Amino acid sequence: MSVAHSVSHDAHGDAHGHGHEQSFISKYVFSTDHKVIGIQFLVTTLLMLMVGGALALGVRWQLAFPWESMPLVGRLLFSGEGGQISPEFYTMLFTMHATVMIFLVIIPILAGAFGNFLIPLMIGADDMAFPVLNMLSYWFMWPAIFCFFASFFSAGNGAAAGWTSYPVLSALPQAAPASGMAQNWWLVGVTLVGVSSMMGSVNYMTTIINMRAPGMTLFRMPLTIWAMFITAILQAFALPVLTAAGFMLVADRLLGTCFFIPAGLVVNNADPTVGGGQPLLWQHLFWFYSHPAVYIMLLPAMGMVSDMLANAARKPLFGYKPMVYSMAAIAGLGFIVWGHHMFTSGMNPALGMTFMTSTMMIALPSAIKTFNWIGTIWGGKIEFNTVTLNSVAFVSMFVVGGLSGIFMAAVPVDIYIHDTYFIVAHFHYVLFGATLFGLFGAIFFWYPKMFGRKMNEGLGKAHFFFTFLGANGTFFPMHLLGVAGMPRRYADPYLHPYLEHFLPMNQFMTYSAILMGCAQFLLLFNFAYSMFYGEKVGRNPWKANGLEWTAPSPPGHGNFDVLPVCYRGPYEYSSPLVEEDFLLQTEYLSPPDKAEPVKEPEHA
Amino acid sequence: MRWFWLTFFIVCPIAAVVFCVIAPGMDWWFPSEAGSPLGERIDSLFNLILYIVTGTFIGTQIALVYVLWKSSKKDDERAWFSHGSHNLEVIWTIVPAGILLFIALYQMDVWAEYRVVSKFPKEARKAPVAEVMARQFEWRIRYPEPGRILQIQQQPTDLYAVNELIVPAAKPVMIYLKTQDVQHSFFLPELRVKQDAVPGQIIPVWFEATEPGEYVLVCAELCGWGHYKMGARVVALAEEQFEAAMEELAEEQSDDGFADAGDSDDE
Repeated sequence: MSVAHSVSHDAHGDAHGHGHEQSFISKYVFSTDHKVIGIQFLVTTLLMLMVGGALALGVRWQLAFPWESMPLVGRLLFSGEGGQISPEFYTMLFTMHATVMIFLVIIPILAGAFGNFLIPLMIGADDMAFPVLNMLSYWFMWPAIFCFFASFFSAGNGAAAGWTSYPVLSALPQAAPASGMAQNWWLVGVTLVGVSSMMGSVNYMTTIINMRAPGMTLFRMPLTIWAMFITAILQAFALPVLTAAGFMLVADRLLGTCFFIPAGLVVNNADPTVGGGQPLLWQHLFWFYSHPAVYIMLLPAMGMVSDMLANAARKPLFGYKPMVYSMAAIAGLGFIVWGHHMFTSGMNPALGMTFMTSTMMIALPSAIKTFNWIGTIWGGKIEFNTVTLNSVAFVSMFVVGGLSGIFMAAVPVDIYIHDTYFIVAHFHYVLFGATLFGLFGAIFFWYPKMFGRKMNEGLGKAHFFFTFLGANGTFFPMHLLGVAGMPRRYADPYLHPYLEHFLPMNQFMTYSAILMGCAQFLLLFNFAYSMFYGEKVGRNPWKANGLEWTAPSPPGHGNFDVLPVCYRGPYEYSSPLVEEDFLLQTEYLSPPDKAEPVKEPEHA
Repeated sequence: MRWFWLTFFIVCPIAAVVFCVIAPGMDWWFPSEAGSPLGERIDSLFNLILYIVTGTFIGTQIALVYVLWKSSKKDDERAWFSHGSHNLEVIWTIVPAGILLFIALYQMDVWAEYRVVSKFPKEARKAPVAEVMARQFEWRIRYPEPGRILQIQQQPTDLYAVNELIVPAAKPVMIYLKTQDVQHSFFLPELRVKQDAVPGQIIPVWFEATEPGEYVLVCAELCGWGHYKMGARVVALAEEQFEAAMEELAEEQSDDGFADAGDSDDE
């Protein structure tokens, strides 16, 4: 087998495998190698995860100890207020928390880091279709990061209109005093991350369509690749809308257009606006992008968890095609559910009914996927390592996030829980509970391929244990706060008597959040430590089937020493055709096994 | 380790369920019984979904831990080589689809009553009690003079108040909701009412406070730094008291501060 005899020349440097020497700069900084770019994305986004987490802890501090001066950093950050968080700063905190987490962590870590690293390896290509575009996609992140930070630190006050930036609050500088330039920086930053995503998106689509190894038919692609493919399509179709809307909002702010500003508003005692615009237009445009974006932030994790669960259970994925179709259904329906963010916005009530029905329907493919994940573990042979634990946590938490979504999808119930902590609970269960746990699993799973060493299991389990407890301790009580009617984005909810008695619960949540935040240092330490001291592993430490596991760990420039040929789907674990419990996609069997099992096997 | 993790994955969902079960007793639940007929129906829809969802939650978590338990105890045995089951896929597509569609259709009535203007109670629609105008960071109320009908345009005889909306209790009332500046949201937690105030629009909203009393009014849409403090109250008064309160407000506002020489009705 190719694996066996190529291991020998694995040892002497894959970097030299392909002829020309590269300078340090072109190899590690402005690299066009998809693996280096993927790792650049991964390291950058992990650092941003810590930044976003720190901002979240600021929010939690205020909710647990309102107006008390913040320990350690308070004096440093807001000496003017005696170390207190001002209400203006509080709005900036949650705005930037969401911005950093969504635009600088979740989207780039899924598509940028794992999409980049995995796509060519899993489909058997030597690199992306457009390597230079790929490099630019990473380097366009930095101007975006610069813009967001410029926004946050610019004169006195940052962007403070929430990550949704609803006009008129975001359109008229006088609506949020001193947010003048900050909001512009923010909008430019969003546009730039959009450019970065779009560059990745066209690249992924082209690569997946054109550069698959011989024999890698569409229905032999791992679900990770399906997910990345569908995500890329979502981005390509949804992003231009956000970019256009962003430019319109910038024009409203700087050029005096009135796309989103109606006539006759008296904001902060300024002259009445001349207007003619409609703020609801922004909401439609924004959510037309941002609802598909929710799936951009989820589908790749779903794909990776499917791969990891099948591997962990040593069992073919349960219902491969239903899994693919349900992902496609989520993507398709994802374009016609944006109105469920606007049930209370005063749009035509008939739309409320329409969007409720489509939203209920989008819960269906998610349910199918959940059942199939449980089906994948069913009858498997599982071992509780870090990858398994994080993948199982993904399923467990996704169930919570999915089910709480049903409350919000039901319009009459949403009248009450809209914009309360219920929605905060819901999307944190999906984005933290599901996506991030999927990502933690994926980091552990593909780390050996990235660096040729395994991450430390003990540290990984400890990280999982504390993160899972911390996350549930932080996010589960939010459901109850929502039912109690606590609106989100309140700097001091206890001003209102009906919420006074929730202070202790909020304090508990803050302690949980601090635990969760501290636990992330275990991940960072493990990540850095294992790079040098982790257990060295060969090509296929998890005994997995995908093409990426036939390449050296880490793969050199050009990825494969032998051009892979694909003979079957990626989930033939425990196949009766072979003795081992895995069957590489590249392994040729004589006589050839059937390409796709046409009938479900008989079983007792 | 196996038992540790199995216990872990079953204890966490149990804790979540227990947490929810004790929540109403700990006063971690709805701020009060729904104070309006429509609110009661919203609560019952909420509870219906809650039952379905809790059942699904418990079912899936048990299934998850069960398959983990079964598949983690194999020593020499190979995993079951199965690519799935067509029948199961059909079942778990059709059953949830039916349930979800049922939930969706079952909600329509309440939504229509709450939002479709032609379905508003007639008496409320005929005579809106007030215009509520949100602004950073307060609620401005405009009533018609007693005996008159509220007009969209301001009238010289209109009565004004800030952060206190007086409405008659035990009958449906309608307000016009608008905003002077940015977007706000009119949220009455106890009455289960929420409606955004959108710049450039006048949105009719109706509700009914079953019992006379004071109800919280807060803003539920980010409207700037003072969003959190945009609290006010809705005071529901019995019909006669409401009329008296309106008369009093009218008198207060037409009073120029000088006692009328010929008349001594202010004692």
